[in-house]
Amino acid sequence: MQRSVTYTLIFATTVCVICSLFVSSAAVMLKERQKTNFVLDRQAKILSVAGLIQEGEKLSPQEIRDRYQKYIVPRFVDLSTGEYVEEPTLNPETYDPKQILRDPKLSREAPENPSRVARIPNHALIYQVVENGDIKELILPIEGKGLWSTLRGYLALEKDAQTVRGLIFYEQAETPGLGGEVENPKWRALWKGRKVFDEQGTPKLAVIKGQAGTPEQDPYRVDGLSGATITSRSVTYMIQFWLSENGFGPFLKRFREGAA
Amino acid sequence: MAIGLSKKEREVLLDPLFHNNPIAFQVLGICSALAVTTKLDTAVTMAIALTLVTAFSNLFISLVRNTVPTNIRIIVQLSIIASLVIVTDQILKAYFFDISKRLSVFVGLIITNCIVMGRAEGFAMQNPPWISFLDGIGNGLGYSIVLVTVGTLRELFGSGKLFGHTILPLVTDGGWYVPNGLMLLAPAAFFIIGFFIWILRTLMPERQEKED
Repeated sequence: MQRSVTYTLIFATTVCVICSLFVSSAAVMLKERQKTNFVLDRQAKILSVAGLIQEGEKLSPQEIRDRYQKYIVPRFVDLSTGEYVEEPTLNPETYDPKQILRDPKLSREAPENPSRVARIPNHALIYQVVENGDIKELILPIEGKGLWSTLRGYLALEKDAQTVRGLIFYEQAETPGLGGEVENPKWRALWKGRKVFDEQGTPKLAVIKGQAGTPEQDPYRVDGLSGATITSRSVTYMIQFWLSENGFGPFLKRFREGAA
Repeated sequence: MAIGLSKKEREVLLDPLFHNNPIAFQVLGICSALAVTTKLDTAVTMAIALTLVTAFSNLFISLVRNTVPTNIRIIVQLSIIASLVIVTDQILKAYFFDISKRLSVFVGLIITNCIVMGRAEGFAMQNPPWISFLDGIGNGLGYSIVLVTVGTLRELFGSGKLFGHTILPLVTDGGWYVPNGLMLLAPAAFFIIGFFIWILRTLMPERQEKED
């Protein structure tokens, strides 16, 4: 039925106010829980790439937090010099790489690369597994474009900064069952023990088409994902980019020399 | 469940399951049916989310149906639907973080799902709240049946699993089943929905459109 303009305006305003109250109160009430989920998800991923959560092991949120507190030390690294830096304004716990990369003060444009990484942080957040004061492992964040999505994850290296401890993705939207198999624990297990750099110090580790040998015989190659040529190749590009001199190369070099 | 409801209420609730299935007969809402059905758990979550959104949007829209000015009714319907969808998305993020990560934008896209809008404009605007609510549940369940069927077939034949549990051991894991890669791609959902429509229309010849 036709109504006066005033009635229509009042009705529209009322609907807007009620809807916005409803939406914002839900958002406010659930915010804490969502943040906890986000933090826990990251911590669990970091622990499992470091081999501190076994495959199939189920932990309560408290156990994840405890284990994370016990072993993991977050550090900021200046990507161009490879030195450790302090970042008092950023909280490692809620650090979200996506936000950092949107901020022109905290990130810069990346040189052109096959992984199609557009921006890199000035100071990247890495994690170390520390036991009794000794650094046992380095966990480096990596990201790059796949077939459909941007894959984001962590690469864990042993303290020689050369041997892979693990690889995990916490965000990807590749084709489930094909490229999405980057999350398959069986495939991820193939990475352990592979080597990343050749004698000259250039990143050499790559995902190949077909099957690779054991880490001892075939240290620089990993089985490809069948039916996912582009995702497999993206993982190679991604790892090679983040270990190159544009990524964590300078830091890993310093680390190996014992300077970092 | 249908006991205690009048005949009309039962009809409104159960008709959309098969007899007037929104996907099979009205071919509405198939975009998300392609996207979220590679795994059963995402399909089920999406089905529940859509059923609740349709039911409650129908309820609220029906409550305001006599007071809403005709010229702004569509935008009012959209505001109500959009609010419900955002809240659903927030709840999923807070309580089902893993699944919400995989559903990503598709929960948000319930806003544009034609079933929700279709029932709001087509049913809730003319009918009282309770029956509209039932209509929403019914149509949501009609959508759910298709989604869950497609999800079951795609996960089972595409990755040999159901809800992530291995049913058909894959050759790559030392079993015997060679997965059908096509099942994991969007066209597979088209084929399955096509067969579903075909079967339903064969069983109910009176529902076939006359050729012009």
